[in-house]
Amino acid sequence: MNYLHSIGTYILMIIEIFRKPTKWSVMKKLIIKDIDDLIIGSLGIVAFISFFVGGVVTIQTALNMDNPLVPKSLIGFATRQSVILEFAPTFISIIMAGKVGSFITSSIGTMRVTEQIDALEVMGINSLNYLVFPKLVSLMLYPFVISISMFLGIVGGLAACAFGGFATVNDYITGLQDDFIPYHIIYAFMKTIGFAFLLATIPSYHGFYMKGGALDVGKASTVSFVWTSVAIITLNFILTQILLS
Amino acid sequence: MIEVKDLQKSFGDAHILKGISTTFDKGKTNLIIGQSGSGKTVFLKCLLGLFNYEEGSISYEGRIFSKLSDEQKRDLRSEIGMVFQGSALFDSMTIVENVKFPLRMFTKLSESEMDDRANFVLKRVNLENAHNKLPSEASGGMQKRVAIARAIVNKPKYLFCDEPNSGLDPKTAIVIDNLIQEITDEYDITTVINTHDMNSVMEIGEKIVFLKDGLKAWEGSNETIFKTDNEVVTDFVYSSELFKKVRKMYIEENL
Repeated sequence: MNYLHSIGTYILMIIEIFRKPTKWSVMKKLIIKDIDDLIIGSLGIVAFISFFVGGVVTIQTALNMDNPLVPKSLIGFATRQSVILEFAPTFISIIMAGKVGSFITSSIGTMRVTEQIDALEVMGINSLNYLVFPKLVSLMLYPFVISISMFLGIVGGLAACAFGGFATVNDYITGLQDDFIPYHIIYAFMKTIGFAFLLATIPSYHGFYMKGGALDVGKASTVSFVWTSVAIITLNFILTQILLS
Repeated sequence: MIEVKDLQKSFGDAHILKGISTTFDKGKTNLIIGQSGSGKTVFLKCLLGLFNYEEGSISYEGRIFSKLSDEQKRDLRSEIGMVFQGSALFDSMTIVENVKFPLRMFTKLSESEMDDRANFVLKRVNLENAHNKLPSEASGGMQKRVAIARAIVNKPKYLFCDEPNSGLDPKTAIVIDNLIQEITDEYDITTVINTHDMNSVMEIGEKIVFLKDGLKAWEGSNETIFKTDNEVVTDFVYSSELFKKVRKMYIEENL
């Protein structure tokens, strides 16, 4: 029953986000601030992880290819497929659930604890629109983060290949171009938009409806990370079935 | 004037407000007092529309809150200023931005007009030199004054304060009390203060509503509270030896 109640509240929250919009002059500034906090502020960690995980994927693939009949270009092919189809959209989204998700939950949760949300409500402001809508809009730029992750993952693989001596740069690039299906990029970005919606709304839900004090803000952040991850993995499964089957 | 009739509110099985009826007069400092757990905060939050109630009505100059449309509720809320117990200033904004916030949201004033109005109210609460500080850099007393400035910047008709003196030293508490009373008189607004502070009761309580166990146990003013023989009130208000002596002296002087 508790889960049903939470799902119902979450759906009502999403409806409420789009009602009674905040003045555009104010909203514009909130969106720019959230783009800076959520998108620009995540680029460093995304770039670092993408580059090195791309390299690791390449090394693992190369080390498991001991059949001399298998062409070395397969290393580039495997890295491209892994990075574009799963690593960049899904793995990075789980990391973002930790970084961006806990930031959203703790910042909104702290506003709840310190009565700042009550202050907005008393003034007659739709606090859900004021707090969550700018996050939702700014996270619609999330595919930009994922495209950087894809690029750096593949560059990381190239670097590992070149410096580790697993294959030549030419072999790797040939592998990257083999059987390339542009729809896979569309599939990855469609998933990313879905994940961006979850990344903006689930942590906001846990922050907005939290009860208690400072300790409970920490607990809400942890719970928010768990549920955002579960939702991302589940949505990933459903979208993969629908879009690739 | 705010008129409350038979207000009842429950949380699950807990019946918090059991039928409160009272009025809060215009141009007066109205105080809600009572022990912890008596329902003061719930009552205040019902008045503000932050909690829905099951029975009764709250009327703002004839406008019954529960019967208003969303648009009308928004209009009414733009007439309300609120000072929260913890000040509830927005952490990410400077003091002057906090004060300008209601103007930015609800008026079409230009930036310079908003600056003028914010400077005026900050001067009114004696905070001319703290404009660009963040709330975290201000003391508790300063934060309370900023909260008052933010509450009055849009010229409200109703001012609500939830324990405005909590956590303040006695001298700053008196400054805040006096400021609220001066603002109430100056702008002729209906002020409702939820407090535990007996100094506030004696100094600025033009009308006092005493709550006990979710019911109104007594109603009067800072003058009649000295004379009342209502045991529930005297037990609470004159629980300290100091206030017992003050009461005795007051009665002797007025005999």
